[in-house]
Amino acid sequence: MAVTEGPDAFRASQMRARDMLRGDLEGEELEKYVQERIITTTLDKAVSWARGNAMFPATFGLACCAIEMMSIVGGRVDVARFGFEAFRASPRQADLLILSGRVSIKMAPVVRRIYDQMLEPKWTIAMGACCSSQGIFNNYAIVPADKFMPVDVHVPGCPPRPEALVHGILTLRDKIQGDPTLGWRSRYGAEGTEEVLPLHSSADSVNVFGAPRPGLGEAPIA
Amino acid sequence: MPDATGLELIAGEIRDSAPGAVISTKHDRGRAEIEITPESVHPVVAMLKERGYTFLASLHGLDYWPDEPRLGVIYELLDMKTVDRISVKTRVTVENPTVASVIDLWSGADHPEREVFDMFGVVFEGHPDLRRILMPEDYEGHPQRRDFPVGGEEVIFTYNEKTMPGWTE
Ligand code: SF4
Repeated sequence: MAVTEGPDAFRASQMRARDMLRGDLEGEELEKYVQERIITTTLDKAVSWARGNAMFPATFGLACCAIEMMSIVGGRVDVARFGFEAFRASPRQADLLILSGRVSIKMAPVVRRIYDQMLEPKWTIAMGACCSSQGIFNNYAIVPADKFMPVDVHVPGCPPRPEALVHGILTLRDKIQGDPTLGWRSRYGAEGTEEVLPLHSSADSVNVFGAPRPGLGEAPIA
Repeated sequence: MPDATGLELIAGEIRDSAPGAVISTKHDRGRAEIEITPESVHPVVAMLKERGYTFLASLHGLDYWPDEPRLGVIYELLDMKTVDRISVKTRVTVENPTVASVIDLWSGADHPEREVFDMFGVVFEGHPDLRRILMPEDYEGHPQRRDFPVGGEEVIFTYNEKTMPGWTE
């Protein structure tokens, strides 16, 4: 009986790979070798797997939480293990916006603009109490992020530990690998704002407030 | 600090040059304080500057709600040679919140005056560019006034997101 696991099996498969590269494998053996190494999947699944494993966050800190955000690229939690370490200085190159800190009323249009400048697919993490629920600064100057842009993951804490943020990032990764759109368009009633419109019209849909949204997605792009 | 006698001397000088300007003087915990009428702010502060208090260390606002007159403007002056400090205080009503600007005496009063205007709504007459400085230009109200609501935006949770005006509105 052939060993199927453990170091011996591993060595056997290495030997077979060597034989294959040398061109020594033929017929039945070759067939078996190929079948062992092929995974069939759909393109969508493969793409979202890749997307979830290589997100580029925008270099964008707002307040004290940003210190914790910076430390996730350091050696201790090392987010590079998951493919998130390439902080991009331009929103055009980034696909993840980590709102690390307070968003003041004056800053909100700027944040929204940066979000709009990012190319799809794009995701947002609201980090810390302040930009989720205003935290200890629940006053005239601060506005929660959900008021002006869609947020995919909220990381609670004041500030959240770097581990918590990494957990948030990994949660986002799992969500992306499951369903890359995360369903936020239907959640916020924003169908039709896609940069590439879907083929089918969604003119008859209503937003979350029950009102029809005219003018969106009426003309299908052939 | 001028001691209690020194403060009275200064107050006496002010009374001589601008009768009726001084409302009260207070010497408490080593701090000298003069309260004056809002109309006499500019001449009194100019006189103190002449007298040696050449540095405007701070200019800030205050809301005394529910006392009337509600809004206060406080000038902290410093004599750099003798390291002597004096606070000049004035109070204006919400209905007529005007004080003369001291920007011609200290150009550094520009931003503090704009801040007091932004946060308390005190209008500094003679200020060349009295705009909001911290809040957005189109903001309504003066947030540091005590009758301004304390809480900010309502927080959106899953249970109330359907009824809250969100960014899709
Ligand atoms: S949540 Fe706490 S740590 Fe983060 S920005 Fe707000 S106050 Fe600072």
